[in-house]
This record gives sequence, structure tokens and C-alpha cells, in this order.
Amino acid sequence: MNPILEVRHLKKQFAQLTAVNDISFQIQAGTCFGLLGPNGAGKTTIIEMIEGLTEPTSGEILYQDKPRDQRFKMEAGIQFQSTSVMDKLAVAEILKLFHSLYHKRTNLPELIETCELGSLLSQRATKLSGGQKQRLMFALALINDPHIVFLDEPTTGLDPQSRRNLWAMIERIKGQGKTVLLTTHYMDEAEILCDTLVIVDRGDIIAQGSPQDLLKEHFDHFYVSLDRVDFEPVMATWPEQVIEYHEQVEIQSRSVEVTLQNLQQQQVNLRSLRVRNPTLEDLFLKLTGHSLRE
Amino acid sequence: MNKSFASHGQIIWALFVTRTKEFYRDRGALLWSMVLPICIVAAIAFAFSGKEQVLFKVGVYQSDVAAMVAEPLLKQPYVQRVEYDDFEQALQRVQHHQLDLLLSADQPGKYWINEASAKGLAVEKLLLSQADIDVNESWIREAVSGQQVRYVDWVIPGVLGMNTMFGALFGIGFVIVRYRKNGVLKRLQVTPVTPLEFLTAQVLSRLLVMMITAAVVYVGCDLFLNFVMLGSYLTLILVAILGIFSMITLALIIASRTSSEELANGLLNFVSFPMLLLSEVWFSLDNAPAWLVAVSQCFPLTHMVQAARDIMINGAGFMAVSHHILILAVMSGLFLAIAAYLFRWNER
Repeated sequence: MNPILEVRHLKKQFAQLTAVNDISFQIQAGTCFGLLGPNGAGKTTIIEMIEGLTEPTSGEILYQDKPRDQRFKMEAGIQFQSTSVMDKLAVAEILKLFHSLYHKRTNLPELIETCELGSLLSQRATKLSGGQKQRLMFALALINDPHIVFLDEPTTGLDPQSRRNLWAMIERIKGQGKTVLLTTHYMDEAEILCDTLVIVDRGDIIAQGSPQDLLKEHFDHFYVSLDRVDFEPVMATWPEQVIEYHEQVEIQSRSVEVTLQNLQQQQVNLRSLRVRNPTLEDLFLKLTGHSLRE
Repeated sequence: MNKSFASHGQIIWALFVTRTKEFYRDRGALLWSMVLPICIVAAIAFAFSGKEQVLFKVGVYQSDVAAMVAEPLLKQPYVQRVEYDDFEQALQRVQHHQLDLLLSADQPGKYWINEASAKGLAVEKLLLSQADIDVNESWIREAVSGQQVRYVDWVIPGVLGMNTMFGALFGIGFVIVRYRKNGVLKRLQVTPVTPLEFLTAQVLSRLLVMMITAAVVYVGCDLFLNFVMLGSYLTLILVAILGIFSMITLALIIASRTSSEELANGLLNFVSFPMLLLSEVWFSLDNAPAWLVAVSQCFPLTHMVQAARDIMINGAGFMAVSHHILILAVMSGLFLAIAAYLFRWNER
């Protein structure tokens, strides 16, 4: 199957700074593709080059095997990380304005329902809360019934409930067969929503694949954590690798059963015991030596 | 997937309606744009409604020959001497009571006054009693007539022009800069809207708003001051449309790239203040050096005000002001082309 979007050897140079360094990837139609990386990694520069807002220094971007043209503008839906709409207009008026700019349009009442904007139609956009505003921006990205939707950090700054609402909406449009390109620095978001990931750091791709494959490829252990004070007596002689934090320790365990047996044999107090799988945060830390949120 | 003409029209209409709604919902700006000029004109009317000033204005058409014979009069501290290169213009000033007496180089010993002007008759007496002229030679009097044009009548086209200049320049300039700063332009950039469609909608919306504002101010001032309007309303409206259009497009050039409101403010002031001073809004450039007059001809406001004034107080027809109309049309086209060329959705 041909990819809906393909990026070949994309590079962006700002004076002395190489923001994006010769990256290539493909996005299959109907999937959610995640662009993951810390702030300043080059995610927004990459997505803005694809959207046509920033001119690449070199490289190629193909939409349905062809260089992007006016058709791409008609068939792409875009939500920016931070943008605004006209002051003094109500939500309904903004939706109507953007709806009238396209030939191919989505059904407006359905869109309003999908994005839960029904109760906000008469409100001025400037009076909306962060979550409500993101839902409006999300609706604008879908107003032309796009084939591909670009979401640049759509949940940044939202409260947990608003984040989960937006995740549900993204799942809904995935269910409609739309392709989603999502940038985020939230690992949980990427793990839940994305079928394929590209992790970027300092303008380079450092890992690429599905979240499960990437974690399988780079990890063969679980994390067993305990309060440091409980683990301290056996720390020096413990046979597995241990990561020390200020008040906690994390044991990298290849077999949770074996680790638990050892802890019980050594009579370690297990009141604070927790077991977790490796996450993309762990992967990023392993690959770069620094945290995603640094 | 080229857009049809109807599609262009639909997009322009949608953006036009949006921008116009935004303006009329900004009640403060709307009220201010109408109240301010009426206040200015009212203040002027009040200031000039009192006692007439004692100063006499004597016009001298070309060379000192004309002035030589009237030297004693012209030397008086209460007489202001005004040089003219255009005899017709000077004569018009006498007709409108803006000049009390006129002397001409090519017709020594002759003077022109308006018999309906009390000041004209007074300064005539002074001339006849003080002029240094051969006793055998007598002065020839040429009387002209014409309705008195008060300063308020003269200044109204200027104030209306000034109001439209500020409304056009700052109104559209700041809106586009604000749109660029808060990301509205970025949002529109990824839609099928083209820069020309966007700019056209902004220009048309502003033009409509400024025409309505100017009409309200015009009617308001007229009710209040009953000023002179001798010419054709159609020609005046044409001059207003082209004048406003040229200044809106000038603002588009200024707002074509920046997202800094401070820079835009500085640039708009840089353009508007010379126009305010040199476009004959408040005072005539009759006495100004030729180079200053030449500079003033570069400003759209000069042509708008001169044409409007000519229509309103001289009753000039379309042909008489056609050179101003042509210049305003050329300026509008030129400014729009430059603005469309320079325009960027984003600051780079």
C-alpha cells in the first residue's frame, strides 16, 4: 500500500542551527502517526514544513505520491499548537466562516456533536476555556472533512479531563478512517493513540516503529519499585540492576516472580512495592540520556 | 482544482462579512470614529465664531511690480501679504472672502475686491489713502462677487479627509498586524484562502465602514454647522471612495509583514503626520515654498482634500477635479500591487 504522506531527506537550517537534519519517514493512510520528542526537538518545524508554512532547506514531501499542491490544502485539516481566531465572533460564526472556505465540507451539525460544541455556539471564542478552545480548533481542523489531520500538541496545557475528551475525539476520527499526524511530548498520549511513532531529538530521528515494537526491541525487563528505606539493607548485594532515586529505588527485573521471591527471602518490607512496564519515557531516557520533558 | 469566480466571490464575501461584524461589534471604536471629528469641527466652529480678527490679507500676483505701488499698505503690521503664482486661484480667494484685496503685476494700478466683504472695503480705503502712487494715476477697481466661505467651510473637507485617513490607516493596519500576531493569519494560510482574497475582503470591509462613518460625520457636521456644498455629491463620493481606497492600500503596505504593533504604530504615524501637516487639512500651502508643495502632492490625502474642497466650496465638476481622481486611482492601484507583492501571512 502506498503511503498517504512521505517525507524524504528533509532538512531545515536556521543560520547556525540545524533544526531538522535529513529525516525521512512514511505515513500509511488510516493510521495515527506520532511525532514524539522533547520541547525544541524539531517536531513543530517538521510538521510546519509538511503543512507548507515553513520552506524546507532541502528534501521532498510527497502527498499521495505527488508534490503537495492546492489539493493538499483542500484535503488536509490542521490544528496548530497555539493560534487564535477572530475576536468578537461567536463559535457558530467561526464555524460558518471556515465552513464556507472549502468546496468539500463536513456535515456541520455532526461536527458540532463530535466536538461537543453544541452548548458553546453562541459564546464568543475569546471567552472559551482552554479545553473548549481546543475543541473548537479541533473542529476547524475537521471542517473540510480532511483525509489527513495534523494535530500539533493538541493537549498541551489542558486539564486531565479535557485531555481525555480530546483523546476520545481523536479515536473517533481514527475510526472514520482518517489519517492523523500527532506531535506530542506526552508519552501516555502517544502510547494510547499512535500506531506508529517517530521519536526525534535535536532534529534527528532516534527511533521509529510502533510503540509496542519499540518497547519490545529496547526492553526485556519490568520495573519493580520500592521505598529506598525498605530496600537499603539489601541494596549492596542485590543481583539485578537497581536505579536509585532520592526516596525510591527501581529494580530492573527480567522476571517479576523471581524478583518477588528474592525480596521475600531477604525479608524486605513490601508495603511500597509497585510493578510497571517500561514506557516511552524510559525508552527516550535510554536512547538519549535525558528526559523527554527536559 | 482551480477555484471558480463564484468560489473566489464566496470566500471574499465570507471574510468581508466577518471583518465587518468584528468592526461594528467593537462599539467603542465605532463610536469614537464618529464622535471625534464632530467634536473637532464643533471646537473649530466655536473658536472662530467670535470677533473677526483685525488682520487684513492682501494677495500679490507675481513679482514685486504689483506690490511696489502699494508698498506703504503692505508694510503695515496689520496687513498680511500673500504671494500667488496663479491669478485664478487668487481671485477665487477674493470671491470667497479669504483674501481681502488682490494686486496684480501685469495690471499695475488695478486691484480686486469683493464688495460684499466688509474687510475688503476697509482695506480698500487704506490702500487708497496710503498707496505710493503717482497723483495723476488713479487706481482701477475690479469688483468680484461670491459667497463668503468661512474657515469652517474651508476646513470641513480637511477634517473629513483627516478622519478617513486615520480610520483607513490605523483601522486596517492594526487589524492585520493583530491577526498576524495572534495567529489568525496563520490559521487562514492553511485554508484555500489566497492573499488577494483576504486583502480584498479587508479593503472592501474597511471601505464600507469608512464610507458610512464619513457619511454620518458629514451629515452630523452639516446639521451642526450648515457648511457650504456647491458641487456634485456623486463626484464627492467618487473622490471619497478613491481617497479612502488609496489610504487603505497604503496601510496594507505598512502592515504587509510586521507582527509588531509598536513598529506598525511608528510606521503609521510616520506616514500620517506628514499628511496631516502638508495635505492642507488645517491650513493652505499658498505661502509655502515650492518644494514643500511638491512634496505634498505625493500624499493621497492632499489630492482627496483638494478635490473635495474644490467640489464643496467652488462647485467644481468631475472634469475640474479629474486630475486628482486620476492620481488617486493610480496611487490605489500602485499601493495595492506593492502590498500584494510584499504581503506575508507570517512574519519570517
